[in-house]
Amino acid sequence: MSELSNDTMLLETPFHSRIKELCGLNDWGNWSGYTTPNAYFDVELEYFALRSTTGVFDLSPMNKYRITGPDVEPYLNRLVTRDVSKIGINRVGYAIWCDDAGQLLDDGTLFRLSKNDYRLCAYRRATDWLQWCALGFDVNIVDETDEIAGLAVQGPTSCSTLTAMGLTDLEHLKPFGMKNYDFEGESLMVSRTGFTGDLGYEVWIAPEKAELLWDRLFAAGKQFLIKPIGSYALDIARIETGFLQAGVDFVSAEEVIRPGRSRSPFELGLAWLVDFNKPLFNGRKALLAERENGSRYRFALLDIDGNKPADHSFILKGGKQVGTVTSAVWCPTAKSNLAFAQFEMPHGAVGEKFVAEIYYQRELHWTRLLAPCTVIDRPVFNPARRRKTPAIAF
Amino acid sequence: MKKYDAIVIGAGHNGLTNASYLAKAGLSVAVLERNAYIGGATVSRELHEGWIYSNCSYVCSLLRPEITRDLELPRHGLQVVPYGGSTTFMRNGDYLGSYFDHDRQYREFARHSKRDANAYDRYSADVLKQTRLIRPFLLKTPPDPTSLKLRDLKDLADFAGSFLHMGEEGLADTIRFWTKSVGDYLNEYFETDVIKAHLAGSGIIGTALGVFSPGTAYVLLHHYMGEVDGTVGAWGFARGGMGAVSAALSKSLQTFGGDIICDANVDRIIVKNGKATGVALKNGDEYQAPIVVSNLDPKRTFLDIMEAEDLPAEVVKKATNFKIRGSSGKLNIALDGVPKFNGLDLNSPLMIGDMHFSDSLTRQERAYDDWKDETWSKDPYLDMTMPTMADPTMAPPGKHFMSVFVQYAPPKINGREWTDEDKAGFEKTVLDQIGNYSPNFKDLILHCETRTPREIEAEVGLTEGNIFQGELTFDQLLFNRPFPGYAQYRGPVKGMYMCGSGTHPGGGVMAAPGANAAREILSDLKKPNIIPEGYADD
Ligand SMILES: Cc1cc2nc3c(=O)[nH]c(=O)nc-3n(C[C@H](O)[C@H](O)[C@H](O)COP(=O)(O)OP(=O)(O)OC[C@H]3O[C@@H](n4cnc5c(N)ncnc54)[C@H](O)[C@@H]3O)c2cc1C
Repeated sequence: MSELSNDTMLLETPFHSRIKELCGLNDWGNWSGYTTPNAYFDVELEYFALRSTTGVFDLSPMNKYRITGPDVEPYLNRLVTRDVSKIGINRVGYAIWCDDAGQLLDDGTLFRLSKNDYRLCAYRRATDWLQWCALGFDVNIVDETDEIAGLAVQGPTSCSTLTAMGLTDLEHLKPFGMKNYDFEGESLMVSRTGFTGDLGYEVWIAPEKAELLWDRLFAAGKQFLIKPIGSYALDIARIETGFLQAGVDFVSAEEVIRPGRSRSPFELGLAWLVDFNKPLFNGRKALLAERENGSRYRFALLDIDGNKPADHSFILKGGKQVGTVTSAVWCPTAKSNLAFAQFEMPHGAVGEKFVAEIYYQRELHWTRLLAPCTVIDRPVFNPARRRKTPAIAF
Repeated sequence: MKKYDAIVIGAGHNGLTNASYLAKAGLSVAVLERNAYIGGATVSRELHEGWIYSNCSYVCSLLRPEITRDLELPRHGLQVVPYGGSTTFMRNGDYLGSYFDHDRQYREFARHSKRDANAYDRYSADVLKQTRLIRPFLLKTPPDPTSLKLRDLKDLADFAGSFLHMGEEGLADTIRFWTKSVGDYLNEYFETDVIKAHLAGSGIIGTALGVFSPGTAYVLLHHYMGEVDGTVGAWGFARGGMGAVSAALSKSLQTFGGDIICDANVDRIIVKNGKATGVALKNGDEYQAPIVVSNLDPKRTFLDIMEAEDLPAEVVKKATNFKIRGSSGKLNIALDGVPKFNGLDLNSPLMIGDMHFSDSLTRQERAYDDWKDETWSKDPYLDMTMPTMADPTMAPPGKHFMSVFVQYAPPKINGREWTDEDKAGFEKTVLDQIGNYSPNFKDLILHCETRTPREIEAEVGLTEGNIFQGELTFDQLLFNRPFPGYAQYRGPVKGMYMCGSGTHPGGGVMAAPGANAAREILSDLKKPNIIPEGYADD
């Protein structure tokens, strides 16, 4: 019998007691069924904490699946489009997975904890799909979402902060590497990963030790100007550095209702994650055909003239609509006006010029702006310290 | 003898809709209703002092918003308020709640199965895909696949086009949906009994089929294709009971100058030289009109109020073979207060929603076995609501009206008519079923009106008490409804039309058959089309 409960309200993460104290703006949102802060004290300052000191973001609602068993590698290799065997032990890989029609279901990070032991962090809930795909494989899949609390600790002083908290030798951890530490008798897993495109780490701990971890982290980071950050600030950072978000920049094929609204990896600029050397993976046949016959859409980064963010803009060529914007932001660090656009093929090649139809309002006065824009080949924010090992001190 | 441009037989909500459009187009129209009141199965009645019962239909979703708006039903008093969710109570004392809020729904389903809670998203998307396919055809006349008329060909091409547009997977899915049993369909998505049973209910309501009978997946879809304020699949209560729908339609009709004549029991449609010329009532009165529209089900229309000698043999045969089996009953109950249900907080939004008491497909299938054995289900599937949790107009303050739809109740008991003892036994079975999950329920009952198919047929004139004017199976849908060759609302006799739920797109308080029939009549009269088009969705 299932547990009797009337408690079906938004859940609180293991850090909630601490977050509540710091969330001066009292501005809350709902992320995957959890009460999470949109902003703590000032979105702009929170964003600059990420870019200039250290910003801490509560990752706990992220869906986490532990996948183990003798068949785990072949299983994962059929599930995701990249070659999992190339992810070493104690390494993390960005991965995407498709349905049989080669349409993207979700993206996430795959942590290899030991030979036959992985953790998959997924933006969407994935139990059902993971279980279906497990038919015929000797694997065990456990939803660990509530069993592991996580924080993203990101920014130039993040390594110094975590080192001050006692995580020795962290500076030698390479990007996409991970390491285990002892924290008050619990294992603390640290990975050099993140959603901000900067030097940064993600730390993972059992929920019982979550509050203690928060306290230690903020004490250690005080001198390094640590700040909590909410989802608004994170969103600016992730666009600035060119990261896609499920549900925003693509709709998971499983949720698509109208024909043609899903996207393939090629149509999202993710071809580098598709490894046709693997003889079989979900969507392979369809993706091969697409590579042969061409895609319907192209994902592109746009550098837009002026300083008005091109949210939800139509992209025009010779007055005709050839694309739409999925994410847009004024980049406060790179000082540029960036947008992610989906183009109908063949539009959107690097260097091509278009016009963004932007609407903005000042004091109830609407202006329609036709801003020239150009397709660029890489995100505008990409600092060297992001990759540098040993990591810099600040 | 009175003369009109058009006569509509039956003041069901479809007859009223049809008449409203004909009157709006400038025709002189009379609606002739056998009962002393209008509405047919869309009716509110005071059967216990101070209580208004939604006597037959009780919840609203299918009613086409285009018609609601076009006929100004809100101005004429119709208000539909959405409800808060639904609940299935379990034998082990627990329950499954289904909330409209997505995250809340996830958490509650996850309490029973995380995997199923997750699979629900895929299931919803798949069901929505199918509703998207049929919704654009609700306010359209089904194309005749054998016709070479330009319009039919174009509509067929549109229809085929939307199918093909779905791709191979989508097509296969569509065929599954139109042919499978709801039980088999749900088994493909879910592992938990109570979740499957909860969702399967809509597949059997009003249908003489079991959860494992092929065809019931479509019935589920039929219950999902409606909406409340654009939320597809949502259901709501009509304030004042379902009679508010008919009342608003009748006001609309009257503003266009139409007449409604009650206590007018039509004996037959008068046919002269192959043309309908009017109707004769049982009391001998006659009304003349070159257009006669029947709101009655196909059996009553062709076998009761028309003479075989006026009809092609083929039509008499098809009407005789038309599947319209009674399978449902209803209890309307006046309550002295709010009953408490196992585990459910009285302030929960689930209290403003439908409740069910069958927690497995097996129990639901057993309930159907009883129907096949020609008796009422001993462990019935109930669709129970208390509209007064959201509507203060239907009972005195603090008191409540409970509507209990019961599946299954056969048209006959062991081959003979229902007796009053049968009816009492049926009532007891249903009250016990609810009482098992609500300790104080029985003590609160002030009055109970029990309706077996016998009463439903006698009052509304629905043959065998079939709530949809004919089973919603593929052989009786789209261009097969009511039967091939007659799906475009025209009868076999010139000037004679059909506008009831027995025509496309079928049963439920939808008003689409009535409106679609009006469009065909106006087209035959070479008048401009005034029926609104369906709202686009892309
Ligand atoms: C118990 C029950 C519960 C239901 N629950 C729901 C629900 O919750 N939601 C929903 O959407 N649908 C529900 N339905 C289905 C829905 O109510 C019907 O499909 C719909 O109301 C039928 O409308 P109609 O206008 O086509 O025909 P009817 O309502 O059947 O109207 C036919 C009319 O013709 C009259 N008539 C019959 N014979 C003659 C004659 N010889 N002369 C003159 N008049 C005659 C009848 O009295 C009646 O008024 C329910 C039905 C029933 C019976």
